[in-house]
Amino acid sequence: MQNLGRLGFSEEQADLLDVAANFCAQRSPVQRVRALMTDELGHDPGVWRETVDLGWLGVAIPEAYGGVGLSLAEVVPIAEQMGRRLLTVPFVSSTLAAQALLKGASEDQKQRILPLIVSGSPATLALAEAESDWDLEAIASTAMRLPDGGLTLSGVKRLTVDAHVAERIITSVMLDGSPALVIVDAADIPAAARRRETIIDETRRSFEIDLTGVPVAGANLMPQELARHALHHIHLAANLLTAAEMCGGAQAVIDTTLDYLKTRKQFGQLIGSYQALKHPIVDAYVRYEQARSHLYSAAHNFSDQGAGEIATRMAKAEADAAFSFASDRAIQFHGGFGFTYDCDAQLYRRRAIWSAAQHGDATYHKRRLAELLLPAP
Amino acid sequence: MSDAPGPDPKDLAAFAEDADAWFRENVEPDPGFMLPLTFMEVGTDQQFDFLQNWQRRVYEAGYLGASWPKAYGGGGLHPDFQAAATRAMRRANGPIMLNAIGLNWTGPLLLDLGSEAHRHAYLKGILSAEDIWCQGFSEPDHGSDLGSAQTRAVRDGDHYIVNGSKIWTTLGRYARYMILLARTNPDAPRKYDGLSFFLAPMKAGGVETTPIRKLTGEHGFTQTFFNDARIPASGRIGEEGDGWKVAMRTLEYERGARGGQAGGYVSVQADAWDVVRLAERSTRAGRPALEDPVIRERMVDFIIEIQSLSLCRDRLSVSPLNAERPSGLPLSSKLMQTEFARRINEFAVTLTGARGAYYVGDPNAVDDGIWARAYLNAFSATIGGGTSQIQHNIIAEHVLGLPKG
Repeated sequence: MQNLGRLGFSEEQADLLDVAANFCAQRSPVQRVRALMTDELGHDPGVWRETVDLGWLGVAIPEAYGGVGLSLAEVVPIAEQMGRRLLTVPFVSSTLAAQALLKGASEDQKQRILPLIVSGSPATLALAEAESDWDLEAIASTAMRLPDGGLTLSGVKRLTVDAHVAERIITSVMLDGSPALVIVDAADIPAAARRRETIIDETRRSFEIDLTGVPVAGANLMPQELARHALHHIHLAANLLTAAEMCGGAQAVIDTTLDYLKTRKQFGQLIGSYQALKHPIVDAYVRYEQARSHLYSAAHNFSDQGAGEIATRMAKAEADAAFSFASDRAIQFHGGFGFTYDCDAQLYRRRAIWSAAQHGDATYHKRRLAELLLPAP
Repeated sequence: MSDAPGPDPKDLAAFAEDADAWFRENVEPDPGFMLPLTFMEVGTDQQFDFLQNWQRRVYEAGYLGASWPKAYGGGGLHPDFQAAATRAMRRANGPIMLNAIGLNWTGPLLLDLGSEAHRHAYLKGILSAEDIWCQGFSEPDHGSDLGSAQTRAVRDGDHYIVNGSKIWTTLGRYARYMILLARTNPDAPRKYDGLSFFLAPMKAGGVETTPIRKLTGEHGFTQTFFNDARIPASGRIGEEGDGWKVAMRTLEYERGARGGQAGGYVSVQADAWDVVRLAERSTRAGRPALEDPVIRERMVDFIIEIQSLSLCRDRLSVSPLNAERPSGLPLSSKLMQTEFARRINEFAVTLTGARGAYYVGDPNAVDDGIWARAYLNAFSATIGGGTSQIQHNIIAEHVLGLPKG
C-alpha cells in the first residue's frame, strides 16, 4: 500500500490565505472582471503592482534570489483566492516561469532573472504546440546553434498565457536531438509573430507565438541536462496551481448558485427549497470540499518525491471533477437566465474548461495515477 | 473532555508503544467464525459473546475510555492517549467495539448533560460492555421524521408509564438500557416541544423485543414494544419537553460533530486496497481483472475517494481551512463515508464476476461471500441515523443556508 500523504497546513499558509481572500475579494468584484474581459490588456496594472508589493511573486523563491524563501505550498492559497475571484494578473504565469528557472537554470541565470520577477517583471512559459497532448517532452520546435555561441529558434508555440506583458518567455525546443529550455527576451519577438488567440475563458489573455528566427543569446540557454527534470517539475507545479485556481472557482460558482437559489421564486416558493435543486448543489458542495482537502494535501506534500506527484495528480483530477460539475449545474440551475451571457455561471464554466485543458484533465491524471498506484498490467 | 494537562510527548510515545504491543499480542487473526464489520451486524450469540469479551479486555487494558474521568471508570488521561490507543487498535486490525450506542452517544451525553448519579451509575458499565445500550428514536411510522415520534410517556409518581413501539433497535435483544425519545405532551403547540428524553431499562415489565430479519437474511435489529412499562423518572435527561434538543445533541455525537466519545471504532471501513487485491485475484478473459483499463480507472476513483475521506478527517482540526463554513465537513462526513462504503462494496461484488452469483454459505463464494453481505449491510448506514437524502437536506439547510422545503 502506497503512502498517499496526510494533510498539513502552516501558519504562513493561514496568514496568506487570510490576506489573499480579502485582497482578491476587494480588488476583483465580478463587475470588474467583466469590465476587464473587454479590455485588451485584460488585467489592472495597479492591482498587479499591489500584488508585487505584497511580496507574492517572491513567496516560493529563496531569499538568495530576493524572494521570501517559502515554497509553492504557500503560493496555493494565493492562487486559490485569485481563481475564486477570477482575478487575472500575470501571477501564476510568472510564478511558474520562476519555478522553471529554479529547477532548470544555471546559477548565473537564477541570479540574473529571479530578482527581476520578484520585483514585478512578468515572465511566462511557452510550452504547448500544435500537436501538444500534455506531454511536455513532445516538442517539435527546434533551436540551431550559431557560430557566436547563440541560438536561433524555429517553430510555433500556442496557448502562451500573458505573453503580451511577459518580459521574458521560457520556451521548450529540441536542441541536438533532446529537449532544452531557453529564455527568450520578449523584445526579440516581432509584434507580427504574436497572435492573440480566441480562448474559451475570456478573462485570460493567451497567444500563439511564431518563434521562427528569434535569437537567443548563449547565456540564455538553460543547462540542457536539467531540462527533463525541470519539465517534469513544471508539469506538476502547473497542475498544483491550476488545481488551486479551480478549487477557488468551484467555491465561487457554488456561492453564486446558492445566492440565486435563495432569491429566485417559482410557483410561489424559493427555488432553493426544492429538493431537485437542493440535493445536487449539496453534491457539488461536498465534491468541492473533498477537492479542497486534496488541494491542501498536494500543497503540503508537493516537495515529497513519491507522495507529492500522487497528491498533485489527485488534486487536479478532483478539482476538475468538482469545478466542472458545479459550474455545469450552475448554468442549469439558473434556468433561462443561465443561458444568457449576463449570467455569471458561464464565466466559471468557461474557466473550468480552460483550466482542465491546462496540463491535463481528470481522465489524463487518473490514467497516470493508475500507473503510479496499481500494479502494471 | 479530560481535565488532565497536555501530554508529555515521551509519555505519549511510551503509551502508544505499549498499546501497539498489546494489540499485536491480543488480536486473534481468526476467531474461527465471521466477525461483524459494524456493530449493527451482530447477528449471533457467538459473535456477541466474542465482542463483549473483547471490549472488556480492551477496556481493562486501559485502551478504551482512556480520556474519560477516573471517577467514572475512565483512564483520566488527555484525549491524545485514547487517540493513540485507537490507532494501535486499527493497525492491528482489531475487532470492533461492541457497545457503540453507549460509547459514542450515551457516554458523551452523560458527561456533558447527565447528573453525577447518572455518570456513576452508567459510565463504567458502558466501557466494560457489561451494560449494553440501545437507542429508541425511530418508530415504525416515523423513521426520518423523528420529531413526530408517538411513543407515549405519562408521569406517575416517581415513574413514567410508557406505551408504544420503537424500531431498528440495534442490539435490542442484548441491551440493558435504551436511550428513549418519547412524547410526554401530545398537546404541545410544536410537535418538537412535546418530547422528552429518557435512560430507560430494557429488562423491565412491559418491555418486549422481537427480532427483525434483515435483507441479508440475518438477525441484528429488533423492534421494541412498550406495554405499560414503568421507567424511573430519575432517568430523564433535561426537563420535560427538552427531548428533541437532547436527541439532536445525541446525533451530533453520532455524526462526530461533537467530541467526548470513548474511543475505538464501531465499524471497519471498507479499504480500497483490499478491493485492489480482490481485482488482482479476479479474472476477466483469463487475465487479472486489474489489467482491464475500465476497472483500473474505477479503482483509481475509489482510491482517490478513500483518500478524500482521510484528508477530510485530517482537515477537521485545521480551522483556517474551515473558517467560512465550520459545520460543512462535520455534517458531511456521514454522507461521504456511508455512501462510499455502499458503492465500493457494490463494486467489489461486480469484480467477483460470475462468482458474484454466490452468497454467504456456499463453498464457491469468493471470500465466503463477505462482499455481497457487506454491500447489503452498507444500507444500514446510508439509511440509519438519517438517510442520505435527509443528510442532503441537513447540509443544504444547516451548512448552505437553503430554505426548508
